This record gives sequence, C-alpha cells and structure tokens, in this order.
Amino acid sequence: MDRANLQLDSAGNLRHFLSIDGLKRALLVELLDTAESFAEVTEREVKKVPLLRGKTIVNLFFESSTRTRTTFELAAKRLSADVVNINVPASAATKGESLLDTLRNLEAMHCDMFVIRHPDSGAAHFIARHAAPHVSIINAGDGRHAHPTQAMLDMFTIRRHKKTFQQLIVAIVGDVSHSRVARSQIHALSTLGVQEIRAIAPRTLLPVEAARALGVHVYHDMREGLCNVDVVIMLRLQYERMQGGMLPSEHEYYRLYGLTEDKLSHARDDVMVMHPGPINRGVEIDSAVADGPRSVILQQVSHGTAVRMAVMSRAMQRSIATTPSAKEPL
Amino acid sequence: MSKRLPEIDAVLDGMARRLADTIDDSLDAPLMVGIRTGGAWIAERLHERLSLKEPLGMLDIAFYRDDFSHVGIDPMVRPSHLPVDLEGRDIILVDDVLHTGRTIRAALNELFDYGRPASVKLAVLIDRGGRELPVQADIVGAELHLVQGEHVKLQGPEPLSLEVRSDVDG
Repeated sequence: MDRANLQLDSAGNLRHFLSIDGLKRALLVELLDTAESFAEVTEREVKKVPLLRGKTIVNLFFESSTRTRTTFELAAKRLSADVVNINVPASAATKGESLLDTLRNLEAMHCDMFVIRHPDSGAAHFIARHAAPHVSIINAGDGRHAHPTQAMLDMFTIRRHKKTFQQLIVAIVGDVSHSRVARSQIHALSTLGVQEIRAIAPRTLLPVEAARALGVHVYHDMREGLCNVDVVIMLRLQYERMQGGMLPSEHEYYRLYGLTEDKLSHARDDVMVMHPGPINRGVEIDSAVADGPRSVILQQVSHGTAVRMAVMSRAMQRSIATTPSAKEPL
Repeated sequence: MSKRLPEIDAVLDGMARRLADTIDDSLDAPLMVGIRTGGAWIAERLHERLSLKEPLGMLDIAFYRDDFSHVGIDPMVRPSHLPVDLEGRDIILVDDVLHTGRTIRAALNELFDYGRPASVKLAVLIDRGGRELPVQADIVGAELHLVQGEHVKLQGPEPLSLEVRSDVDG
C-alpha cells in the first residue's frame, strides 16, 4: 500500500492524516471549510461541541513541543474527547518493536486516535501501517518529513487574509532542508494552486535539486526573492538538527537572511508575514517585523485549534456505507 | 401516489400571523434563529414578514447531530451565526420539517452553548409526525400525514417548493 492511499479509506475519506502529499485539493478545501465552522465554535461562551464524546485521544510525543501539543489537546477537548498526554523522552525511545509495543498497549486501553510526534521521518506512517482498524493516526511532525496540520493552519491563515490562492506568490525563507514544515507547506501550496512558490536560503540550507523537483523557484538573495511576494513564511533555524559548518554565524545569517523592515519593503504592500514558531528573535526575524502590523504569527497559533479540530473530526468519521435517504431524516 | 401539498406562501402568511400574536402576547425583542438549510429559508421569509428588529440568526447543527458515527460531518457545514447575545433573550427557533425531533434536540443543545435564553418557541413549516423524542412545535404551518418510508423535503431557496418522495419509489 503506498503512502497516499494509507491516509484514505476505500471511499476516499480521510482515515489518517500523515502528510499533505497525495491528498487532493477538494479534500484540503473541505478541511479548511470545516475549520471555519470550528473557528466560530472557539468564539462562543461554551467552546465545545459534542462530536467526539466518548472517544479517547492520545498525544504521543517522542519530541518536546509546547504549542503543537497544547493546541492538539485543546482541539480534542473542544470536540469533547478524553485526552491523554504521553511524553516519551527521546533517549528512552528506540525504534521498531518498542514503538509497536507502545501502540499495542494503548490500543488495548481502547484509545481511538493517536497524535504522534517523533524525531524519525516516517514514524507516523509506520504506526499507521500497523494500527488497528478502528484507530486513526495524526502526524504532529515526524523528523524532517512532514508536519501536515501546521501546513493546514498556515493555509487557513493565508485564505482568511487573501481569500483565494490562485494569484499568490509565496516565499519560504530559511532552513528549508531541515524543515518538515516547509515540505508540508510546499505540498499544500502547490495542491491549492498558488501562482508561484519561492524558497530563499543559503546554499547550505536548501537542497536546490529537490526544491526544483517540487516546482519551487530557488533564490539565494533576500531582496530578489522577496520582490512582489504576497506571503513570506519564515522558518526557524533548527540548531538541533544541524551539523557544524552549515552556518557562518548567527550574526552573518541575520545580516543576509534575517527578515527586517528594510528587506520586507521589496515585497507587496499588503504582504503577510508568517512563522510557525518558536521564533528566534534577531536570528531569522527582527522583533519589529515579528510584532509588526503585517505579522500574523499569533493568528496562526489561534487558528491551530480550529484546524486541528477539523482534521481530527474528519479522520474520526468512519465511512459506513450509507444510502442518501439514510442521511436525510434526523 | 400523490399527496396534496400545501401552498407555501399561504402557509407562511398563516404562520406569520400567529407568530405576530405570540410576540405581542409574550415575547420581548425576540431573536429569530433558522436551522440550516431549509429552516433558514423559512426563517428569512418569516423575519421579513414580521419586520423583526433583531437581525436573523442561523444555526448549523452539523457538530451536534447524534448520528456522527454513522454519517460523519456534513461536508457542506458552515459556521453558525448568532448576531446578538442569547443570554436572557426570547428565541424563535425555525425549521422546515418537524419529523423525529432529533434536529430540534441538536439545535437546542447548540443554542445553550451560546448562553441561557429566557425562552425558546419552535415554529415549523411542516409537521409530518413520526416523533422519536418528546418535542412539539408552538407554531405549525401545516400538518402532513406521511407513512413510514415517505419523506417530505423543502426545495429552495428560490422558489420554495415541497416534494414528497418515497423510499419504495426509489
């Protein structure tokens, strides 16, 4: 079974959410539309709907995270599911059997969904391939591979501001080669049909051939790359994944690739500035830009809950063959 | 097998008259809320006929249905919209067809997640019988006696028309 099919059931509905790659535009748009309805729920007096009442969701994090884990937890609670958070220190986790043992134990406790973050690329796919039929797997970031819910909340944020994707030029700036976020964003942006995707980075942080194969235009100069863009997505420098010699120095990196008001002036006037967080202020982005009027960084965080509610509820709906008349009367 | 279906405009006129009496008797600045999609079309027309001061609210009960595990979320789900605070307010809930009562159960649950209304009145275009829950409407436009396997559906938004279909007919 290939990776794309693993995410969908026989009727083409979402079953796991592992990567954007292989999902059709209609499905992504449906997720964004559903998230709009959940965004309204999060503004109510009672920020909760009964959709996943009686379901148990496990946040299984083999890598530390505050924002992502918190928004997944909030999303699950706002869907009325029960949530268990399990943090497995990276050093204690080994591959293969022990990961499956963890899965089998949690399945035996009648859990229905696992939200998984893991330092190894492909971990979520591996677990999805071995999960029991009633269990859904959501990828909350695996190695350098994918972080699909982050990409979807970024798409949600872009659509809220720009309404459509078709005319947009989007630049992704920084550590593309270590970024699972960038990879998922590129798949999402091209599936949703933006006009142009650019990657701006030093040669050491950008796999040029791989980027071109995905249809991305490669730039090494910020002023050239930012010219006329509608959306700038800054990436965090992932020190923890870097080996020595990839960067000249933080100071040098900031001078060349740090987003400042001056460099941003080459973009369109209504440019929006995004960052998946956490921010390294003064390394990849100037505080004045991060906190400035064109920054939507905190909106991205707010949208994270609604988008994850949409992904979780869509993945939990089991496709039971229904006749049209079975759906109508209620 | 054709049923005699009521003429919708005449039914709406009758509902509006009775609603106007109810409002005069007992309701203070009521908020009308339609249930998507058919109930919203009916609510729009009643709202206009009654010249209500408060803007119209819309509920999409997709997240409150009791059959999620069987049919999932309606892919056409849209945000609910309640333009004013519900707390302490009189509500007129509007739907097109009252059948099992499950839609109204879901709508009441959703309403209460916005606040605690002073009262809720239910107005429906058609009561077709077949209740599975203890739910009754305060204002009924017309009653329709259908047998099991028959369904009445409101087509719209412009023009509105009623259609009866039978599972047996296919």
